[in-house]
Amino acid sequence: MSTSAIPRTAPREGGARTGAPVLEIRNLSVDYGYGSDPTHVLRQASLTLHRGEVLGLAGESGCGKSTLAYGATRLLPPPGLVTGGQVWFTDRDGTRSDILALDDAALRASRWRDMAIVFQGAMNSLNPVFRIGRQIADGILAHSPGMSRADATERAAAMLEMVGISPDRRRDFPHQLSGGMRQRVMIAMALSLDPQVLIMDEPTTALDVVMQRQIVEQIAELRERLGFAVIFITHDVSLLIEIADRIAIMYAGEVVEEAAAQDVYRRPRHPYTDALLHSFPPLRGPRRELGGIPGSPPDLARLPTGCPFRARCAFAFDACAHVVPELAETGVPGDAPFRRVACLRHDTRSVVEAGFDPQPLPEELARR
Amino acid sequence: MPAPSSVDPPALRVVGLQKHFPVRGLRSKKVVHAVDDVDLELHAGSVVALVGESGSGKSTVARLLARLMPATGGTIELHGRDVTGGGRRAFRRYVGRVQMIFQDPFGSLNPVHTVRYILTRSLRIHRGRLRGEALEEALAELLERVHLAPVERYVDKYPHELSGGQRQRVAIARALAADPEVLLADEPISMLDVSIRLGILNLLRDLRDRMGIAILYITHDIASARYFADRTMVMYAGRVVEVGDSESVTQDPRHPYTQLLVGSAPDPDDMSTRARGAHGEAPSLVSPPPGCRFNTRCPFATDLCREEVPELLDVGDGRAAACWGYSDRSDRPRLGSVLEAYGSRTSSPGEGAAS
Ligand SMILES: Nc1ncnc2c1ncn2[C@@H]1O[C@H](COP(=O)(O)OP(=O)(O)OP(=O)(O)O)[C@@H](O)[C@H]1O
Ligand SMILES: Nc1ncnc2c1ncn2[C@@H]1O[C@H](COP(=O)(O)OP(=O)(O)O)[C@@H](O)[C@H]1O
Ligand code: SF4
Ligand code: SF4
Ligand SMILES: [Mg+2]
Ligand SMILES: [Mg+2]
Repeated sequence: MSTSAIPRTAPREGGARTGAPVLEIRNLSVDYGYGSDPTHVLRQASLTLHRGEVLGLAGESGCGKSTLAYGATRLLPPPGLVTGGQVWFTDRDGTRSDILALDDAALRASRWRDMAIVFQGAMNSLNPVFRIGRQIADGILAHSPGMSRADATERAAAMLEMVGISPDRRRDFPHQLSGGMRQRVMIAMALSLDPQVLIMDEPTTALDVVMQRQIVEQIAELRERLGFAVIFITHDVSLLIEIADRIAIMYAGEVVEEAAAQDVYRRPRHPYTDALLHSFPPLRGPRRELGGIPGSPPDLARLPTGCPFRARCAFAFDACAHVVPELAETGVPGDAPFRRVACLRHDTRSVVEAGFDPQPLPEELARR
Repeated sequence: MPAPSSVDPPALRVVGLQKHFPVRGLRSKKVVHAVDDVDLELHAGSVVALVGESGSGKSTVARLLARLMPATGGTIELHGRDVTGGGRRAFRRYVGRVQMIFQDPFGSLNPVHTVRYILTRSLRIHRGRLRGEALEEALAELLERVHLAPVERYVDKYPHELSGGQRQRVAIARALAADPEVLLADEPISMLDVSIRLGILNLLRDLRDRMGIAILYITHDIASARYFADRTMVMYAGRVVEVGDSESVTQDPRHPYTQLLVGSAPDPDDMSTRARGAHGEAPSLVSPPPGCRFNTRCPFATDLCREEVPELLDVGDGRAAACWGYSDRSDRPRLGSVLEAYGSRTSSPGEGAAS
């Protein structure tokens, strides 16, 4: 049974089945700034994307969502530097390669064909002096040696039509389009080389909810048709619960929880996830008093010892100041086997090993 | 909850507010119809939310009310006195009573000044000759009122040393220095981190209750309007399309646009009643469609809708909707469920039939 707004993808003929990992990010670390004192913005972040699924990546501004996406695709602008980890990409034929270990030529070939990104704020980055059809065609040509311009132009028109922009607008300049249409152009461009992974960084944040829903539906429909997997980055957890199959929650440069969308919503295991879910006033249902989360996110250049959330956590105890929690199984018997959480309330062993008394799991973090 | 009562005269009242911006660079006499025919009352101790998509005219209404620019039509009354004329002194007095908070807590505070400077300057401007002890006291009181305590921790900081939420609190404190009766808050939380937004809304609500301030809360997030505002007004393409108590407007929207807006907002608790298959976008405000401005997207539009502008019509319980469907004209459109009307359509136009 599925309540997701996005229908599951049917197995693609001749392709791999839905469910096998297509992208495995392992212990990815990123620093910003050179010299003796770089900021460790991303610390050992791990994430798995399965073929054909929508993985939501949520967290507050500055927690490292974009950094994770750009680090994993080697698109990190300086002074960002990947300092560790692997990013395993599995092709349709089953060959695996570590994107971080590819040489430049192989990387160029892989990018956009295997993976495409719609950057945060991208709809404002279209070149104002070129017609949109031309911009898409140029993108196709740059990655398709041997293709004729006529073919690229035709493909560009087909892509625009696919995202709901009628072909007679392909000679429009970007300023003649609304924000929602410009965002569709970016999506058309990203999909034009038939990628297996589409990473979208805040694709709807600048749009109002009506347009947001139209774009989200469009992505769902295209995924259904083309079978790519999506990493959808946003700070809007409510949206993710609707559209994602699984959700990863980030806090201060780490993935702190990863689970099926409905599990995140109904059975959060991390105190931050739980608090975050109580930070949105509901549109329906009973009106209740809400408090938000006290304090504010930590400065990544001056992270506290132990758990980065502890200054704001209602369940912090003495071990939290000394032990860095790792992403591991939850402490709730019967949880889905692939669920992960980084919290010492779930990790009795690490607490004991460090010489502290373990604390019981509060009811809020163990809902069934 | 303090409900606006009819005996209690509004602190601020606008009637027929209009703002047409000239379109620059063209020799034509074209204008942007940013705001048309807006009526609005703000009562002491009560919050009115102004909700609508980007470009619908919300900020323009706020800027007109703050008198940051002149309206091209309509009247503004403070306690029943028309303020649209009046000299410099009257203008200064008005600005003291009606204060504005902006969306961007980063841009609205001067980065070269400390919190102390920012707030004492505002206190001096609005409260005259406060000096020494009295000034320090007023300063401490302001910071405490926006929950920036202990005062010593914040008073000598520069804006860049504060978090977004703390900056927005300083901006609110600066507005409070004037001891205003009306606060115009233009998207005060939309640039803040999700986890600290509620803290700011709760603070504003506290000010409403304890100081009896009238608040205009501008947002594109209709769920936050439900949480925070007593009454909600919905704008579409420069016009008010629906107004009523927040609970009714959000739970039982009457205007087709409000229905679309509510039905489009993500809501994990209720995924079955989502607006699907909606399409189209807001019309150009340079040449808005005649009649109802929503007629280009409305599934129920008729010729009447395309010819005559609907007034706000009484739909009961102190609510009103600007839709011909609620009139008693014989040629009125038959309204149905927006969600069903859109949902029954197949994919958006321009979409080739998938084989
Ligand atoms: N070029 C840079 N130099 C130094 N620090 C940077 C740079 N770019 C990003 N950072 C820092 O890295 C952290 C993570 O940034 P990132 O852009 O990944 O966040 P995000 O989660 O995508 O945030 P948002 O929701 O605002 O887009 C932040 O603390 C940010 O200030
Ligand atoms: N100074 C201005 N000159 C010309 N047009 C303007 C100006 N300010 C706003 N507008 C236009 O008025 C309309 C309403 O804008 P605004 O009030 O900012 O909307 P909102 O706050 O609801 O997003 C928009 O079409 C906008 O482009
Ligand atoms: S490790 Fe401790 S401080 Fe961190 S989230 Fe868990 S209980 Fe809270
Ligand atoms: S039915 Fe007519 S008047 Fe009512 S919203 Fe639709 S177009 Fe406007
Ligand atoms: Mg980002
Ligand atoms: Mg605005």
